[in-house]
Amino acid sequence: MTEERASDMLPKTSLSRRNVLKGAGAAAGLAVGPGFVRYAQAQSSAPIKIGFQAHKTGIGASYGRWYERTTNAAVKLINEAGGINGRPVEIVIEDDGTDPNRGAEVVAKFANQHKCDIVYGTLFSHVVIGSAPTAGELKIPYYVVSEGHHVASTKLNRYVFQPGITDVKSQIQAMAPWIAANAGKKVTQIFPDFAFGYDHRDYLPPALKAQGADVIAQIAIPPTESSFTRYFPQIPADTDVIYHVMVGPAVLTFVKELGEFYGSNRPQLFGFIDSLEAVDINSPGLGFLDGSHFWEGSPRYAQPDDSDAQKAYRAAVGIDDNGAAVGDPKDISTAAHMFGCWETLYVIKKAMEDAGYRGPEDRGKLVEATEALTEFAEGPEHPQGPKTFNGKIHQCFGIQYISKVENGRLNVVHKTSIEDGIYEPEGDYTTMPL
Amino acid sequence: MTGEEATREMPATPVPRRRRPPAGNRVSTGRVVALHAGVIALLLALQFVLPSYHHGVLARVLVLAVFAMGYNLLFGYAGLLSLGHAMFFSAGLYGAGLSIYHLGWSAPSAFAGGVISGAVLATAIGVLALRTTGVAFMIVTMMFAQVFYLTTLYFNVWTGGDQGVVLQQQARTIPFAGSTIDLTDPATRYFAALALFSVVLFSVLALVRSPRGRVLVAIRENEQRTTMLGYDTFASKLVAVVISGIVCSAAGAAYALLFGYVGSTFASVQYSILPLLWVLLGGAATTLGPFVGTLLMYYLIDLSNDVLAAWAPGWNFSAIGIVGIALILLILFFPKGLLGSIRERWVPWLP
Repeated sequence: MTEERASDMLPKTSLSRRNVLKGAGAAAGLAVGPGFVRYAQAQSSAPIKIGFQAHKTGIGASYGRWYERTTNAAVKLINEAGGINGRPVEIVIEDDGTDPNRGAEVVAKFANQHKCDIVYGTLFSHVVIGSAPTAGELKIPYYVVSEGHHVASTKLNRYVFQPGITDVKSQIQAMAPWIAANAGKKVTQIFPDFAFGYDHRDYLPPALKAQGADVIAQIAIPPTESSFTRYFPQIPADTDVIYHVMVGPAVLTFVKELGEFYGSNRPQLFGFIDSLEAVDINSPGLGFLDGSHFWEGSPRYAQPDDSDAQKAYRAAVGIDDNGAAVGDPKDISTAAHMFGCWETLYVIKKAMEDAGYRGPEDRGKLVEATEALTEFAEGPEHPQGPKTFNGKIHQCFGIQYISKVENGRLNVVHKTSIEDGIYEPEGDYTTMPL
Repeated sequence: MTGEEATREMPATPVPRRRRPPAGNRVSTGRVVALHAGVIALLLALQFVLPSYHHGVLARVLVLAVFAMGYNLLFGYAGLLSLGHAMFFSAGLYGAGLSIYHLGWSAPSAFAGGVISGAVLATAIGVLALRTTGVAFMIVTMMFAQVFYLTTLYFNVWTGGDQGVVLQQQARTIPFAGSTIDLTDPATRYFAALALFSVVLFSVLALVRSPRGRVLVAIRENEQRTTMLGYDTFASKLVAVVISGIVCSAAGAAYALLFGYVGSTFASVQYSILPLLWVLLGGAATTLGPFVGTLLMYYLIDLSNDVLAAWAPGWNFSAIGIVGIALILLILFFPKGLLGSIRERWVPWLP
């Protein structure tokens, strides 16, 4: 069908010699393109190459932009201070389109073509999980900044690490004591009906139970939904707290409709800032969130008690006191996650120095050196706060922030302890062969 | 009905400028088989010379090209534009992947499980969707695929939902004659992908040159006339849907086994559009077009990134933009896809 129709619609062009030459030229260009250039082996003074699997396009693009800025800022500092093991660090960026198939291809490209030493920097869980088998098969260490529970679940493999950001299970669990003590004992959850929402659905109820509070209703909203009003009557009348984790563009509609539903007499609201990363908290329609609370991985707005390390980090990355790009107040950062890039790069530096890393032949040593790490002190290398690291599950644990929306800002009202987020390990990567 | 009868009836299609010879042409049969065998021999030889990155890429492209070939069978030959083929690919992907993940099946039986899942799904979808034609067929297939996609999310406990699940390396091996074939080894993976590709390529070639394949083309050109000639067009179209579903699910099952990841991204609408693009790019209703299209698209995306990084560092322009421009140029100069246009202009015997 298409064959005939397409040719009827388009003007007939006879193929001229010039067109043939153009085609041949393009084909030749493909063959001698950068992909086929052989790369020399890394020398001892050659840079350490870190493959940065970036979400430059696709659904993760707004995160990807900030992950890239944070990465460049940290690498600049690391290089100014002498690099890693006396060698400069070079970041090689590839776009994964926020797609797991392309993600796996990109990991292979880093390992086999760019000859990178390690791969780093992935955020979206499905890209991490899709890329992990390739990293394991090619035996290239893969440091993700994803906050998913996938690494700690020990379902991936020995080469995947998450040392710079806590995982969602730990984050949710750490919220429970504060919610039970300050917001209320009867909690209704509203979450998107896919994996991100299911983490909250599954991990919050037991954590609240341990604090003497209860989830009295769970409302899952299909990912295709664009209007939410019809779900709100399902919220029990005796609800103290609505715990919401809606994500994506629909969040503005969600908040607006929730405001219309409740008016001024609403229960407490508690949410995860993931829904509003890279979104201005003062956007039209978000007024209803005033006075509500959010989890933040790291504060978006500058706080009065910010440490010098935090101030230096914000200045280096280039975000102002409102968490927007310096010089562009509309370009809101993904502050609650991107610090993980900074901290992960410093963990990589530490592990490479511990392992005496020289080149790809030392990748096994690097894995073992990373597994041997136990804690990271708060400071310029870890501005978000102190952390512990469990080498058996390749996951770090740290503090969380709870902030209140006041006067169009997010003000930190509580910092959790590391212990609030600790859970029993579900497995042990170190028993797997290298 | 014999083959000769079928070929005699087929030239009834009222298409001008068609320079393709009838299927029974003996001279071209030799050339056609030689061409396809040559392509496979070339791919076999490439296994030994390609740098490791491109070697890995080609293994992946071969599997996805099988997906595109399955799509081409329905779209290129039978003229049925489906926007839901992601569900057949992912039926194979989940059929194979989940039977390994949850039931601990061996790789060969998981592959069979994936293909059977695809066949069953394609039969059911075919019976329902073929009650419609044209735009309605597109919409119905798209809706079924959407149902399939949402189902994979809904049964998150088993499927891992949008995050998906990983198949461990030790599960992706085949015990064979006292040793094991490790599908995660790059060379083995390449051979496995090439074997699947070759089998499907020659099966498709045999099918489209057979009387049944000619009936499919006849349906594409003029369904009413084909009905009038006494053919049961519904049955032919159903067979086409089922074979197409089987081929696509074989690609999905192979993907799960060879690359170890099973996730709902592959059931999303994007993976229904991609095979359409690959086929249009390479040439609809050509046997090798889907492979050419898949390969070209891969390197378009891959090289655009490299070219941008090398020539315009810091320039905030997505590689997708370059791919888009390249696609527009290709469609302008090769409106029937690469191989389709080559067939029209220079090589009329190209199947």
